[in-house]
Amino acid sequence: MMIKRLRKQDAIFLLISFVVFAVFQFLISERILSSFWRLNIAVICLNIILASSLNLINGITGQFSLGHAGFMAVGAYVSAVCTMFFHLPFICSILAGAAAAGVLGFCIGVPTLHLQGDYLAIATLGMGEIIRITILNIPQIGGASGMSGIPTETTFTWLFFCMIVTLFVLKNIINSNQGRACLSVRENDIAASAMGINTTEFKVFAFTVASIFAGLAGGLFSHYFGIAHPSSFTFMRSFDIMTMVVLGGLGSLSGSIIGAVILTFIAAVMQSYPEYRMIVYALLLIILMLYRPNGICGDKELVNVILGRFKKGGKNDGTVAENK
Amino acid sequence: MYGRSIRYGVLHIPIEIEGIRRGAIMLGDTLFLQFIQQLINGISLGSIYALIALGYTMVYGIMKLINFAHGDVYMVGAYVGFFAATAVRLPFFPSILLAMVVTGVLGMAVERLAYKPLRHSPKIAILTTAIGVSLFLEYTTMLVLTPQPRTFPPLLPETIYTVGGLIVSFQQLVILVVSIILMILLTYVVNHTKMGKAMRAVSYDPDAAQLMGINVDKTISFTFFVGSSLAGAAGVLVGIYYNSIEPLMGIMPGMKAFIAAVLGGIGIIPGAMAGGLILGIVEALISGFISSTFRDAAAFAILIIILLIKPTGLLGKNEHEKV
Amino acid sequence: MEPLLKTSNLSKSFGGIKAVQDFNIYLHSGELVGLIGPNGAGKTTAFNLLTGVYTPTTGTIEFDGKSLVGLKPYKITKLGIARTFQNIRLFDKLTVLDNVKIAYHYHIKYTLPEAILRIGRYGSEEELVEKKAIELLSIFNLTDKKEELASNLPYGQQRRLEIARALAVQPKLLLLDEPAAGMNPQETKELMDMISWIRKTFDLTILLIEHDMSLVMGICERIYVLEFGKMLAHGTPDEIKSNTEVIKAYLGEEV
Repeated sequence: MMIKRLRKQDAIFLLISFVVFAVFQFLISERILSSFWRLNIAVICLNIILASSLNLINGITGQFSLGHAGFMAVGAYVSAVCTMFFHLPFICSILAGAAAAGVLGFCIGVPTLHLQGDYLAIATLGMGEIIRITILNIPQIGGASGMSGIPTETTFTWLFFCMIVTLFVLKNIINSNQGRACLSVRENDIAASAMGINTTEFKVFAFTVASIFAGLAGGLFSHYFGIAHPSSFTFMRSFDIMTMVVLGGLGSLSGSIIGAVILTFIAAVMQSYPEYRMIVYALLLIILMLYRPNGICGDKELVNVILGRFKKGGKNDGTVAENK
Repeated sequence: MYGRSIRYGVLHIPIEIEGIRRGAIMLGDTLFLQFIQQLINGISLGSIYALIALGYTMVYGIMKLINFAHGDVYMVGAYVGFFAATAVRLPFFPSILLAMVVTGVLGMAVERLAYKPLRHSPKIAILTTAIGVSLFLEYTTMLVLTPQPRTFPPLLPETIYTVGGLIVSFQQLVILVVSIILMILLTYVVNHTKMGKAMRAVSYDPDAAQLMGINVDKTISFTFFVGSSLAGAAGVLVGIYYNSIEPLMGIMPGMKAFIAAVLGGIGIIPGAMAGGLILGIVEALISGFISSTFRDAAAFAILIIILLIKPTGLLGKNEHEKV
Repeated sequence: MEPLLKTSNLSKSFGGIKAVQDFNIYLHSGELVGLIGPNGAGKTTAFNLLTGVYTPTTGTIEFDGKSLVGLKPYKITKLGIARTFQNIRLFDKLTVLDNVKIAYHYHIKYTLPEAILRIGRYGSEEELVEKKAIELLSIFNLTDKKEELASNLPYGQQRRLEIARALAVQPKLLLLDEPAAGMNPQETKELMDMISWIRKTFDLTILLIEHDMSLVMGICERIYVLEFGKMLAHGTPDEIKSNTEVIKAYLGEEV
């Protein structure tokens, strides 16, 4: 009975995703959207993958990571190397990038995740920078000038498909035994371990899963723009992603979607006024935090609020409106 | 967001000194001399890190907040010093004093407007705000004063002393002396004045301090003033030393100073001084003996190592959560 | 019969302070035992030693034939010891129902892929957990609060939820740390009745910390008295009541 309801929920989610996809695919293939908006829609998809996966660490598990850009960099470079040096098919490269980021996330997560709060934030920030500086010092992959000429095989279809897979996987993880364990770590790790939950295991779990998706986004990124450059993966990128998560609401997947859409949108609109863009962005952050420190959605899911709890379904309906 | 590139305010050793140093090394006991020379460079670099680190550590100690905008306060200090020296034609000491006052007030204003309303909000909200303030300071400066680097006027004579094959510039000496004076002053204020006692009380337990009649708001404001003015002084000193300033110059030194604060034990004032010096020396040694491209990585590696071995820092005490 | 739990010469020092010294207790299966003592006597430290939050400086703990020394808290929980906390530690921003569901964590066997694709055991196990959690909540009169956030419950209900959550772990031994703290006499009375009822129904062994001695007298079979980290006395409630040292050290100041 319950499983049928949950499967129906999944089906609605996929159905709505498909409708959204069809609409955008139509707009793109018919060239109704300008290349500027096509680019920004791609960026939105990437940012949604990044923000929602970071939310698993920062929002759901309550850990404080500021190193997401580092894992994105690993995904971007590993997949680029796979395509350019080993001539692997696109999908294999992307998966290799995601897997590499996941392995690294696991290796970094095990020693660092016993740190708490601010200390973890600084450590992950440092890890991200170390990854970037390491890349900077490997001449075989372009060093400071980056890699270029990567085949631009990432299409909107790929981006959208990967985004949906990310959201679907994250949504179902959060609503499972594993997800509840992550939540309990966020809420009170001492009580969680008294309930038989290995808190370290779930911190590492969340960190690894999020790293995999960051790596996936990185691979899509380098194969969309055709370049991979160390300056794309500074800690400012990590801040950007974190800002999307905080803006949307920690612990809310639909919040991360909204956060990613809004911030990418603002960045896009302000593109023509570069000197004001970052100022507006900064003021928005400050004002939003002053008046709504829990973000737009708090830790609630938008659909649950709007449709009531028996009509759980696609989490995209909130964001489509933002795109128009 | 995707188009954003960052130019770090990298602190690098002027080329002509590099050349003289190489010459000196040929003559003397090469390795040892080089080591001492890097030690000297490291100490002057480290004392600047220490000055900035003090602000981080004081603010963290009192509010448990990583003030990401602190590096940008340092940048503002450098600009104030620049305009004091060029537009108003003030000499060294008035310039640095003016920079300290302006950045001090800026620090207080930032605290009052952006952080105070969030004192009881989730930590991540304050941190996001701090990032917002940081971006705001950087890009407002960029908008108003253009992103072009500016050449800092020579406020101090560029005399260079050569002692037994070692090179010490007058500026390095001034940086060291000013830093030491400021640190002594700070230590005195924190340990021997009423305000210092209030600062210690608030950092220990703000609620209890409030109950004892301490004005917590005023104490936090004062802490921001002192911490920010130290960063302002550091900004002017760096401007003089490297004679070039730009709006994003605060990012990297800000991070490094933060690492220095963590290294020494965040919240502990002598820790920030020690951490700054150690970090400066390590960086100088790595630039001198290995490669300057690994210098930034070294700072972060130090950070990771200290966090893994002793997260509370060199001078920190381990604390356990009471169950 | 072998006792379910047995400690010998268990000690814990923090720096120079000996919080617990030569702590020797045993619990037989099915017993309800009290651990009392004045504030700061080391009762909670003793609990933290038993549950692995602290590692003992010296001494041994045997539970169900296994040594617990050096095990992490979650492993000890898996062996069958559940606890509550003196200062309530609920999952504040989660619903009452989720609080209990989380405690079933290690009884749930489905794997991550099953959860992501919602196939295999996912459906049946989730349904079972939901059913069990609601049953448990109904015992504690919390069913109508199941969608409420734990932090929104009144204090007494939070205490009850914490016990319900500990029971969801399905332990052999339940450690209750001052379950009646902050309750009025009426609530305390109800709680004590409930505890003895739980013990019978769930076939549990219970070790109960109480600050107030008179409360435990009624329900406990045996009582240990701690003072300054040392065991002052041990015996049946009647023996404890008439123990002059206990009266002097503990009741003397209160009666």
